[in-house]
Amino acid sequence: MAAKLNALSSDSYIDMSRYRDQHFVGELSAQEKLLQQSHTLYVGNLSFYTTEEQVHELFSKSGDIKRIIIGLDKIKKTACGFCFVEYYTRTDAENAMRFINGTRLDDRMIRTDWDAGFIEGRQYGRGFFGGQVRDEYRRDYDPARGGYGKLAQQTRTQEGQNTF
Amino acid sequence: MPRRRRHSDEYDGGRGHKRRRTSEPIEIEDRLESLIIRVGEKSTSSLESNLEGLAGVLEADLPNYKNKILRILCCVARLLPEKLTVYTTLVGLLNARNYNFGGEFVEAMIRQLKETLKNNLYQEAVYLVRFLSDLVNCHVIAAPSMVAMFENFISVTQEEDVPQVRSDWFVYVVLSCLPWVGKELHEKKDVEMERLLSQIDGYLKRRVKTHVPMLQVWTAEKPHPQEEYLDCLWAQVQKLKKDRWQERHILRPYIAFDSVLCEALQHNLPPFTPPGHMPHANYPMPQVVFRIFDYTDAPEGPVMPGSHSVERFVIEENLHCIIKTHWRERKTCAAQLLSYPGKNNIPLNYHIVEVIFGELFRLPAPPHIDVLYTTLLIELCKLQPGSLPQVLAQATEMLYMRLDSMNTTCVDRLINWFSHHLSNFQFRWSWDDWSDCLAGDPEKPKPKFVKEVLEKCMRLSYHQRIVDLVPPTFSGLIPAPPIFIYKYTEENSSLPGYAMSITIGNAIKNRASNEEILTILKDVPNPNQEDDDDEGETFNPLKVDVFLQTLLHLAAKSFSHSFSALGKFHEILKNLTESDEGKLHVLKVVYEVWRNHPQMMAVLVDKLIRTQIVDCATVANWLFSQDLAHEFTRLFVWEVLHSTVRKMDKHVQKIQEELERAKDRLEKQQHRRRNSGNEEDMEKASEDEEDGDRSSEEDEEGGGAKSRSRAKRSSEEEEGLEEQIDRLQEKVEAAQSQQKNLFLVIFQRFIMLLTEHLVRCETSSLDFRTPWYKNCTERLQQVFLTHHVIIQQYMGTLENLLFTAELDPHILNVYQQFCALQL
Repeated sequence: MAAKLNALSSDSYIDMSRYRDQHFVGELSAQEKLLQQSHTLYVGNLSFYTTEEQVHELFSKSGDIKRIIIGLDKIKKTACGFCFVEYYTRTDAENAMRFINGTRLDDRMIRTDWDAGFIEGRQYGRGFFGGQVRDEYRRDYDPARGGYGKLAQQTRTQEGQNTF
Repeated sequence: MPRRRRHSDEYDGGRGHKRRRTSEPIEIEDRLESLIIRVGEKSTSSLESNLEGLAGVLEADLPNYKNKILRILCCVARLLPEKLTVYTTLVGLLNARNYNFGGEFVEAMIRQLKETLKNNLYQEAVYLVRFLSDLVNCHVIAAPSMVAMFENFISVTQEEDVPQVRSDWFVYVVLSCLPWVGKELHEKKDVEMERLLSQIDGYLKRRVKTHVPMLQVWTAEKPHPQEEYLDCLWAQVQKLKKDRWQERHILRPYIAFDSVLCEALQHNLPPFTPPGHMPHANYPMPQVVFRIFDYTDAPEGPVMPGSHSVERFVIEENLHCIIKTHWRERKTCAAQLLSYPGKNNIPLNYHIVEVIFGELFRLPAPPHIDVLYTTLLIELCKLQPGSLPQVLAQATEMLYMRLDSMNTTCVDRLINWFSHHLSNFQFRWSWDDWSDCLAGDPEKPKPKFVKEVLEKCMRLSYHQRIVDLVPPTFSGLIPAPPIFIYKYTEENSSLPGYAMSITIGNAIKNRASNEEILTILKDVPNPNQEDDDDEGETFNPLKVDVFLQTLLHLAAKSFSHSFSALGKFHEILKNLTESDEGKLHVLKVVYEVWRNHPQMMAVLVDKLIRTQIVDCATVANWLFSQDLAHEFTRLFVWEVLHSTVRKMDKHVQKIQEELERAKDRLEKQQHRRRNSGNEEDMEKASEDEEDGDRSSEEDEEGGGAKSRSRAKRSSEEEEGLEEQIDRLQEKVEAAQSQQKNLFLVIFQRFIMLLTEHLVRCETSSLDFRTPWYKNCTERLQQVFLTHHVIIQQYMGTLENLLFTAELDPHILNVYQQFCALQL
């Protein structure tokens, strides 16, 4: 039964986001091809205290997990709020995008996105201060992600020094 | 911003050079599709005027786009059954304006019906037949010809030697059309319809219903009987008949157009002979209707239609169809469910919650992945925060109250759903309401349920969170802190392996090689050593114990640490597990150290199987062993068992696929060789060849030497492939043999356990119907149901070796119920 309706085959939850890894070695088209076939998800907005076990429990709901790589602060080597989840099949990863993305883990709304595949080194935050870039610029106070953003913290310290 | 389309065959890496040239016909086709699909959705104009307008547009487009319009309409008939009457009205209007088009549409539908039946798409076939039957209401199809089709369907019940599920399906199709067209058909052809109904009655009376208990969510008849689906539908149709076929729920836009439609000429359906039974036919499984609510549960607002009202059937059908259409897009799905037409006259939230739980608890398996239902319910709560959460809480409460008679598999799913749901709402729940579970036998379903829920909640958070969460009275149900239990601590320095554990631990920390560690392990004394065993070949459990306990202790920090440890010392572990005893002992040690962390146990066992340190049958034996007898009713045991069976299944499938691919390659190769005289074919074949290296190599050679060396190489390739196929064939057979053995082990152990229990109870004059017995029997059922596709292959062996007539009838009954499903 080949007949299908284009308008009914919407599956927007498994679409790629606009994010492309700037550190990816290769052409944009190569990266996009990998994303399209990927079994690996990037998971963001985790608490720094979220464990591999918790990630495993949640993401197992869409299929068997091949491996989890917890993202680490490059300097401190502690969890810095993201991870990669790799499934054995694409279908399982798609179901995670459809049903686990945008729900809560450790009381936080987490976000999943396709990843081109784990390579050694990609488990580290790329921010100047060692964590994720997004935590450099963040202005709000998030106790589960080190409090204020790093730049905001610097400003605060300076302000503290100036007022007397 | 270009429209995004998810078509992998068109995807071009975002560059656009392969995208179809945007040409007029494609745009118009998309426009037509969009117009047709969107009709009936929220609009400023009435549905009737939208349909009128659309009919005009399509009529004007018929000269140029007739085939496209036919195709689109046939698709919506098949894929949007929840909007059935909207589209039958549209077809009715088109038929009134263009009789030939109406005729062509009916023909196309019949072709499509034949295709769906040929391809085992029975659910879609139901929707097509229902569409055709509603076309009678729209004056497109003549009533007598529809009755004739129904008569042909019902004649299948007279066939002999066919599976009951086949005739079931044909009866189901006819009955499920009657809410839509029963009235019209009775007005036109009452004698024939009466005859049809009495034939159906006779068939339903002689149907075998051994399978029903296996599919019921609850074993109790109260408060709502869990009816077999055909029985329920028959009761609903009979009630409809008693009400003189007055049906008030279905939205019927064609009524507004009656004056136009009744002027139209009708078509006769061509005589339709149901296709005969084919051996590979995959008829739908029987079902039990899930009912949790009745009108007393929705005290305010519109009344819930009764369980035998046809309205109930139609509402549930439509809600199921909406989920089926939109399951991939949870926000759209929730919105579509909540905007169900006719929602003002029914307690829609109750219907939605009931339908969703009905799917989640369906046996053998839900129609969609379990986690979909959790997320869908969360979306629904977001869209209706003032009303839906209350209905959901009410349902949860009712499900809790009826746990004692709930099927164990369904309890599993309830545990998983509830804990995951709570984790999205800060685990807020009125636990005190359930304090009745604290009294009495902790092995009863309610306390077990709460215990398992708390364990799952802990996995999604952490131990202290759970302690803080529940009232102090519930502390007995809180899971143990998931900590490693190490045997070789200082307090236990008198243990035989203590000194060795320190040595091994240091060796590992100092990055000793595998050979060095194996050498150290040689010195571990063997408590089982036989006197005449000079070679030291008797299995040494202490060796395994010391090494593995120490290793896992060092790696206890996280899953990744433990996986890394297993990987690093794979060689040693393989060495220690050469024998079956060794494999079993590894699992024993894993249990000893991690028995408070079932999640860790499960992932370790998974890793041990995947790295071939233990095999599936050993895991099955371990789960049924005396060591785990007191854990036998815990959820993690069954999660590990089913995960193990699935791994075995995937392993067999993988090799089978490899074999198929090799066979395909051989076929292509042989085809190529037969055409080796034809230079052109060779050229073309090298382009088709997946192995790019080979073709470029061939291009470099010159002249006649080319075809000669090609021929030689291709026959060499063929030989190689044939060898490969032989090897793969052997591998497949070996894997299947392993798989069969796994099921034999599992079923054998079940039979042993159940028989022991029954004998023990009989000799002590105790009632054998204990919570443990119910749990064990339902776990056996669960194995059959969950893996029915594979088990079908081994039925002969199972019947000859295990499920023989000598078996206790209580155990044999489970097997017979499974056979009665005629899967």
